[in-house]
Amino acid sequence: MSLRVLVGVKRVIDYAVKVRVRPDHKWVVTDGVKHSMNPFDEIAVEEAVRLKEKKVVAEIVAVSCGPPQAQETLRTALAMGADKAIHVEVPAKEAETLAPLHVANILAKIIQEEKIDLVILGKQAIDDDSNQTGQMVAGLLNWPQATFASEIVQDGDGLKVTREIDGGLEVVQVKLPAVVTTDLRLNQPRYATLPNIMKAKKKPIDKKTPADLGVDITPRQEIISVDEPPTRQAGAKVADVADLVQKLKEAGRI
Amino acid sequence: MLSFTFLKYMDVAPRISGLLSQRKCSGLPSRCASMFRVPFTADRYNVRRRDYAKLSEDDLRVFRDIVGDSGVVTGPEDLEFYNVDWLRICRGQSTVALRPKTTQQLSDILKHCNTRKLAVCPQGGNTGLVGGSVPVFDEVVLSLNLMNHIESLDTVSGTLISQAGAVLETLENYASERGRVVPLDLGAKGSCQIGGNVATNAGGLRFLRYGSLHSNVLGLETVLADGTILPFGTNMRKDNTGYHLHHSFIGSEGTLGVITQVALLCPPKPSSVSLCFLGLNSFEDVLKCYDETSKALTDILSAFEFLDTECYTTSYQEHNVSPPLKPFPFYVMIEVSGWNAEGDTNRVSSLVETLMNKNLVIHGTIVNEPSHMLSLWKIREGVAEALTRRGYVYKYDLSIPKREMYNLVEDVRKRMGSSVESCSGYGHLGDNNLHLNIVTKDYYPEVTKQLEPYIFEWTRKHKGSVSAEHGLGFKKRNVMQYSQSPQAIKLMQRMKELYDPNGILNPYKVLPDSFPS
Repeated sequence: MSLRVLVGVKRVIDYAVKVRVRPDHKWVVTDGVKHSMNPFDEIAVEEAVRLKEKKVVAEIVAVSCGPPQAQETLRTALAMGADKAIHVEVPAKEAETLAPLHVANILAKIIQEEKIDLVILGKQAIDDDSNQTGQMVAGLLNWPQATFASEIVQDGDGLKVTREIDGGLEVVQVKLPAVVTTDLRLNQPRYATLPNIMKAKKKPIDKKTPADLGVDITPRQEIISVDEPPTRQAGAKVADVADLVQKLKEAGRI
Repeated sequence: MLSFTFLKYMDVAPRISGLLSQRKCSGLPSRCASMFRVPFTADRYNVRRRDYAKLSEDDLRVFRDIVGDSGVVTGPEDLEFYNVDWLRICRGQSTVALRPKTTQQLSDILKHCNTRKLAVCPQGGNTGLVGGSVPVFDEVVLSLNLMNHIESLDTVSGTLISQAGAVLETLENYASERGRVVPLDLGAKGSCQIGGNVATNAGGLRFLRYGSLHSNVLGLETVLADGTILPFGTNMRKDNTGYHLHHSFIGSEGTLGVITQVALLCPPKPSSVSLCFLGLNSFEDVLKCYDETSKALTDILSAFEFLDTECYTTSYQEHNVSPPLKPFPFYVMIEVSGWNAEGDTNRVSSLVETLMNKNLVIHGTIVNEPSHMLSLWKIREGVAEALTRRGYVYKYDLSIPKREMYNLVEDVRKRMGSSVESCSGYGHLGDNNLHLNIVTKDYYPEVTKQLEPYIFEWTRKHKGSVSAEHGLGFKKRNVMQYSQSPQAIKLMQRMKELYDPNGILNPYKVLPDSFPS
């Protein structure tokens, strides 16, 4: 096999950073806040690189949609082992309202242009938790999908993918071309290492815009408000069982 | 199941140690030391109870009047935490732990103990590594756990005022939200308290950048042995009005007074931080790397740590994470913090390219995402805990000139041979501070004899310190003379008599057993 793989990488607020609601309650504070590659996308890049090391994959194309800083995320993907990077430039303001369907349309167009055989995406981004882009891409292209992958194995001309589902594990066979989305246990991503970090800085990144790809990114949804979850109320200590029963009754629980 | 009273008889011990070292560890659980209940300090180590009063029901009544029922802990299972240290090498026999909420309550407790001549063991987070935070006999444990209120942080001056029981990590988060950093950082931050940090003059990972607590503590509220509350001074950076008394308490390890409130200078929080984790082939290369780094990045360098391969491997294996790098004899962590992201990144890249061109560094990674930096730091910060999971750890914390530092590790490794599981070193290279660790299947007096005073004499020969940052506590109370003159020790003893005439504060710690004579 010598597949051409596309990996989607999204720049999100780093998961170790405390997220704060913006004063206008329309989104969260992103200015001056540390961002990094979505952890599930790191797993996607890692899987693509491992498949390339196994000679299943011939070339890895990393794609990111977002403001200029998305290029840093693409450089990390290149340093981890991606061969080529495409930055679909979306200005910061519009990036805020960029939804899975927009991204799916953008990716679908690139996938066709780049003659991709396998798409590996993170199952969801940790900022919006949508868990839709992979599935939408498959739908738009009419390709099979294997989501929440915890293992990907070559199987003849296709792939055997183990999926993590509510009931346990499910194994599906997919013919190529296909879309796979990664779950946490698929792999532990490598750190980008030194000579590659330097080399990645010099690799060219192709630039495109949604208009170039004929995709309309007008928002189809409006965020009404964003708030923090209610603060946890302190518990109350009870003296004995009778007291507990009384308090539960008062709270209407029994 | 072997009982540890056997080990009191020296002729039995060598036979048992021989037996255990012959058996492969496959038969024993991975945490060998905890297979046995930690023996009482009084049994395991050579120490005699001094002439303090014994706790009575009347005393408990007085304590309950001061702190209420919930402030007096007497249940044996609850006392386990207060009696056993973090390294699980010391166990006291205290029958009561007190938890005051205010300075006044703490003062009343000490006043009573002083009148009654009851020995007291002040305790913060109990993360100390020299047995200084747990009782040796039946001392009353005076816990600062409930005195954890953060009073204020002046965002203009950076002065943070907090009760001594506030956990370091909580203070770090509080300061961080207000654009400041706490000037010290250590692996124990999730449990250690600022009062204890000050009492032990804790060093840590950021010492290189922010200096010692002596320069960052602006004032202390302390309670003396007789209950006298010594209030804050001015909390100004510059205050030359008489003797700087609060400095006597910094590093006194609870033997001169109990710290109840701290005024700490918190520097502005850097907006851009990045971390290099590098693999090197020899300690010579580590030293050269340090030379290049301090030349190139001196103003933005905030940490320079090293680990040898044994520490690195033990840490990632025990914490179940995949190793960031291929195997190397040595690893170095370089952290830079500043306010010029692009400029600093370029300087770091340029330094790393230089190191690679000189073949000092073959392999490594540079990260600036908070999540990635955290996971890399976990490897370094997790070494101490990881080693404790492999057996009993003989821990030595030494200041040694960096050029000679690793020679000690190699000398000890050669000296101990197969009588120990491993001998490894890591530490704050930038501060000339080595953490030397020898892991054995369990505590063996003959192993101790082979290690001490050899290690202390080696250190003295190189004019180093036998306890760089961990303090003396209980375990090192008799080694002060390797780094202090007899005249200095005499003066310290007189200070102790002045501050604590009845000697009730943290006895059997810091000062040698020969005092009081």
